[in-house]
Amino acid sequence: MAASTQGDMSAPTMVTQMTDSASAPALRFNGVSMVYPDGTHALRETTFDVRPGEFVTVVGPSGCGKSTLLKIASGLNKPTTGSVDVDRTKVGYVFQDATLLQWRTVQRNVELLAELQGMAKVERRQRAEETIRMVGLGGFESKYPKQLSGGMKMRASLARTLVLDPKVFLFDEPFGAVDEITRERLNDEVISLFGRERFAGLFITHSISEAVFLSTRVIVMSARPGRIVAEFAIPFDYPRAPELRFDPRFAELAGQISHELRGAHS
Amino acid sequence: MSDFSETVGHAHHDADILIHEQAPDLELQLDAAPPPPSTARSRKGMLVSYIGPVVVFLLFVVFWEFMHRWGMRHLLDKRPQLLPSPVTVIDKSFLDANVRHQLIAGLGWTSYAAFIGLAITIVIGMLLAIVMAQAVWVERSIYPYLVALQATPVLAIVPIIYSVFGGGMNSRIYVCVMISIFPIVTNTLFGLTSVDSSQHDLFTLRNASTFTRLFKLQFPAAMPSIFTGFRISAGLAVIGAIVGEQFFREGEKPGIGIVMEQFRQKLRYPQMYGGLLIASLLGIAVFFVFNALGKLVVGHWYESTRRT
Ligand SMILES: Nc1ncnc2c1ncn2[C@@H]1O[C@H](COP(=O)(O)OP(=O)(O)O)[C@@H](O)[C@H]1O
Ligand SMILES: [Mg+2]
Repeated sequence: MAASTQGDMSAPTMVTQMTDSASAPALRFNGVSMVYPDGTHALRETTFDVRPGEFVTVVGPSGCGKSTLLKIASGLNKPTTGSVDVDRTKVGYVFQDATLLQWRTVQRNVELLAELQGMAKVERRQRAEETIRMVGLGGFESKYPKQLSGGMKMRASLARTLVLDPKVFLFDEPFGAVDEITRERLNDEVISLFGRERFAGLFITHSISEAVFLSTRVIVMSARPGRIVAEFAIPFDYPRAPELRFDPRFAELAGQISHELRGAHS
Repeated sequence: MSDFSETVGHAHHDADILIHEQAPDLELQLDAAPPPPSTARSRKGMLVSYIGPVVVFLLFVVFWEFMHRWGMRHLLDKRPQLLPSPVTVIDKSFLDANVRHQLIAGLGWTSYAAFIGLAITIVIGMLLAIVMAQAVWVERSIYPYLVALQATPVLAIVPIIYSVFGGGMNSRIYVCVMISIFPIVTNTLFGLTSVDSSQHDLFTLRNASTFTRLFKLQFPAAMPSIFTGFRISAGLAVIGAIVGEQFFREGEKPGIGIVMEQFRQKLRYPQMYGGLLIASLLGIAVFFVFNALGKLVVGHWYESTRRT
């Protein structure tokens, strides 16, 4: 029942996809299933890929295996059956919580992954300074996490991942814990990052408007054990302006996704 | 006394108002840093935190004097001389140069035993915790023996300690270690093993070694718990040193416990109580030193979840 909705969305103002459809996928799930040791069947036979320049968002009922999908993609979990094709050294992973190390300043937190990777001190310091500015945290380098608001922590977490210049970006409901206005601002940041860096993005969210706003493609998953029940191409051009959220076509897509999602819950 | 309760009442009242006043502000600064705590409120907090202990201290002195004058005879049916008045205690112990020197020398030896004992405890305790943190089966294998050590009364193994460490300072240090090691191990272990799992994931994703994980993640994260352990163990080390002195008195190093016992035998009760006061001052001092040290090391980043 994969609902493909490109048909009537080809008005001239909506230039689709910065994707080069000929390029090889940066991330590919081949029939991935996951059964946890305690018998929880979290994922069923999931196959899809994400190409460079594609931003794929997964929505689905809570507990349907979305986080599991990302853990398998990153190598934190091994799938029970199936496989994942991805260059793990190029994967950046943004967790739901900022997971900053409380005893490190923003600067030293942003350097962390590069430090673990063995990047030279001078280089990682400079990279960190750049990404801190990129996410709008300039001036907060020497603050500790307890001095930051939720939104600022997420920015620091983004910067930390950006330092390694990932080609595949995994986001696990990164803005679930911040308020609506901060979330929209952070979405604008992600969109502009995506416009600049053209990574392959795999994003998970509960928010349909976030999904439509950010993505080139939205995947709807069923309740546990999760599998793909619908897929929507989102044909708006990048860079996307915040006003896009008030566009009637935006509302229509969001409505369709919401409809599928309600079906997926039962 | 009524002054005190009024101050407390006002503090609560003001705190309520502050919360109400801040609410609309917070909504406006969505993406801004959390506001620093109000100075008016923290000044009041300071006042309360100083007044409280002082009032309790005064109550204690009053109760002591009351027990001396009336309670010993009428409540306990004992001679009042067994509990001299606080004024007598100060006069006969701290204001008498001779006695003062004896007490301070005793304090020196007790501190010496407690300090060496604590140093050994910290080294052994933290090493044990690191080993135990490596795997659940290691933890399960060692833990019962720690509990057993903790539960063993010193009195029961005095002969063993005597035959191994002799009758003097070394045995006192051993008692110190034995009494104070448990909190260091449990607190360090708790700190090392309760690191947030997604922070661990962060290190796993970059293939961090056990060593890197220990020193860049687990140890720093455990610092607040480790300092809690230090603080508790430091107090216990002082107790251990004094308990040790009860059993191991050989040698020329009379600690405060031994000095007190000598006064007791000569029925010099005020001097004995002077020793008691000095011993508890040592315990309090050690507690505050480690408290301050902990604040110095982790205070700038650690966010205590406890309400102030
Ligand atoms: N380590 C685990 N062991 C057992 N069950 C798990 C584990 N992790 C997740 N689950 C279960 O698998 C299901 C999918 O989890 P998850 O991928 O986190 O869902 P989502 O992110 O979509 O909310 C849930 O029912 C969850 O309880
Ligand atoms: Mg999840």
